[in-house]
Amino acid sequence: METPNPNIKMWQGNVACAEGALAAGCRFFAGYPITPSSEIAEVLSLRLPKLGGNFIQMEDEIAAMGATIGASLGGVKAMTATSGPGFSLKQENIGFAAMAEIPCVVVNVQRGGPSTGLPTHAAQGDVMQARWGTHGDHPIIALAPGSVRETYDMTVKAFNLAEKYRTPVILLSDEIVGHLTEKVEVPPIESLGLTDRKKPTVPPEQYRPYEMDSSDIPPMANFGEGYRYHVTGLAHDETGFPTNNPEKIQAQLERLNRKIERYRDEIVEVEVQYTEDAEILVISFGSTARSVRRAVINAREQGIKAGLLRLKTIWPFPGKEIEAISASVRKIIVAEMNLGQLAHEVEWATRRSKPVVRINKINGEPITPNEIFNAIIRQD
Amino acid sequence: MAFRYEVRLSGSGGQGLILVGKVLAEAAAIYDGLNATQSQSYGPEARGGASRSEVIISDGDIDYPKAENIDILLALTQEACDKYIGDLKEGGVLIVDSQMVTKIPEGNFQVVAVPIIQSAVERLGKFLVSNIIALGIIIKLSGIVSEDSVKHAIRSRVPKGTEEINIKAFYTGIDLAQNWLDQHGPLKH
Repeated sequence: METPNPNIKMWQGNVACAEGALAAGCRFFAGYPITPSSEIAEVLSLRLPKLGGNFIQMEDEIAAMGATIGASLGGVKAMTATSGPGFSLKQENIGFAAMAEIPCVVVNVQRGGPSTGLPTHAAQGDVMQARWGTHGDHPIIALAPGSVRETYDMTVKAFNLAEKYRTPVILLSDEIVGHLTEKVEVPPIESLGLTDRKKPTVPPEQYRPYEMDSSDIPPMANFGEGYRYHVTGLAHDETGFPTNNPEKIQAQLERLNRKIERYRDEIVEVEVQYTEDAEILVISFGSTARSVRRAVINAREQGIKAGLLRLKTIWPFPGKEIEAISASVRKIIVAEMNLGQLAHEVEWATRRSKPVVRINKINGEPITPNEIFNAIIRQD
Repeated sequence: MAFRYEVRLSGSGGQGLILVGKVLAEAAAIYDGLNATQSQSYGPEARGGASRSEVIISDGDIDYPKAENIDILLALTQEACDKYIGDLKEGGVLIVDSQMVTKIPEGNFQVVAVPIIQSAVERLGKFLVSNIIALGIIIKLSGIVSEDSVKHAIRSRVPKGTEEINIKAFYTGIDLAQNWLDQHGPLKH
């Protein structure tokens, strides 16, 4: 037996999410329990009060999203967590957070859908819902962890991005990663690069909450610190009050979407392995990417030039990265636990210049390494 | 080449098999310095229904965390045994509760039948600790992690106040496995 290192934990993905949130400075959680995300609420209900934070179980998911937004406006880093059906219910207020530019983190531990679907089984069917679940042209960031350690890191990153860009950030986990227990070496807090929202430097009477400054990200005043302003989901001008002025509406909404687009290179992350000489590229994300890695290693052992590309950021979509990495391959395989939500985007990113083979599974069972290996060796 | 050892713990929901999986994985990963993952698959019901918990132990990276080529399959119900036997590898070990699983499927594997649940009731007065007795049997038969590591992991994972009865249950399992080995001879690895 070895003496255990206190920084090495045996954590479930959902526990790592809760711990990552606390490390990032999250001090407010509102939620409504739903499998397979409930452990996040369970851990935070125990831990937040001891850190001077607040946990509240709301009457439903949209109220939980509303409470999360309110807490953030009050200056606290705030999060909610749910799964598919609850993610559907939160959409209206996710749109409000995007429109009113309120930093917050929304965790969706994906399960089988549609509707109540498969409560205890994994899926990756909320890729498009994460992007377009709420109506209207709005920016969004979505990250997809593939391991327990990465769930910790990405939860921290989600808070950092939310604060930096004044936007809701979706952590798109899945039942396999959420309920997987594995070894995690907890990183030192100094290495997390914690980010806080930019605050106004002007006195309250000069503060304009949606000012068009050169960064496209206006400073955000916390309620209770002497700054009074109006927050609405209606189209608004730089003061935060509703407006019907077409020029102002166009300018504000273009800025709203531009503030993520122009910084996409700082946001987007992908992982590549064995791609230097790859002839076959397998693209995936989340838990499915673990099967892809095994399949690609097996293929390499047999002399087959396969490589993998794992999307760590789903939105903004890493189209540019996919196009560059796939330039020299002859075949692309996209493996995902849905009916092709990612594959469609991959075809678009590569302008259909390569055959895109789809591996899709929606019965709650993971895609196995063998299923991917067979697609690698098949002559398409 | 890294080794990969696969354990599937199966039975019905509520038998504590997810906890046993977490204890086994923690013993391997935290106290024995190996890598381990624990995953699970169960139905939407709180009790009943076939349930499984899987532990992968390796000295290398573990990418795919689900069992496909099982070294040890524990089955505490006939339903779980019938459903999951297909993934047991050739020559692998099937451990069953001898009263719950009476029809052993045909196949090229070794069978260890032990009255796990009855022993929990008779020796410890609590059928609830059947899961930890099963863990003792697995550890004795496989030697995949050290007994000391498992004891530490049990203490860190079981509910407060139940540590001692669970440690006793663990030794009951080791004892049952030793009796089985004395009668049947060693397993082939």
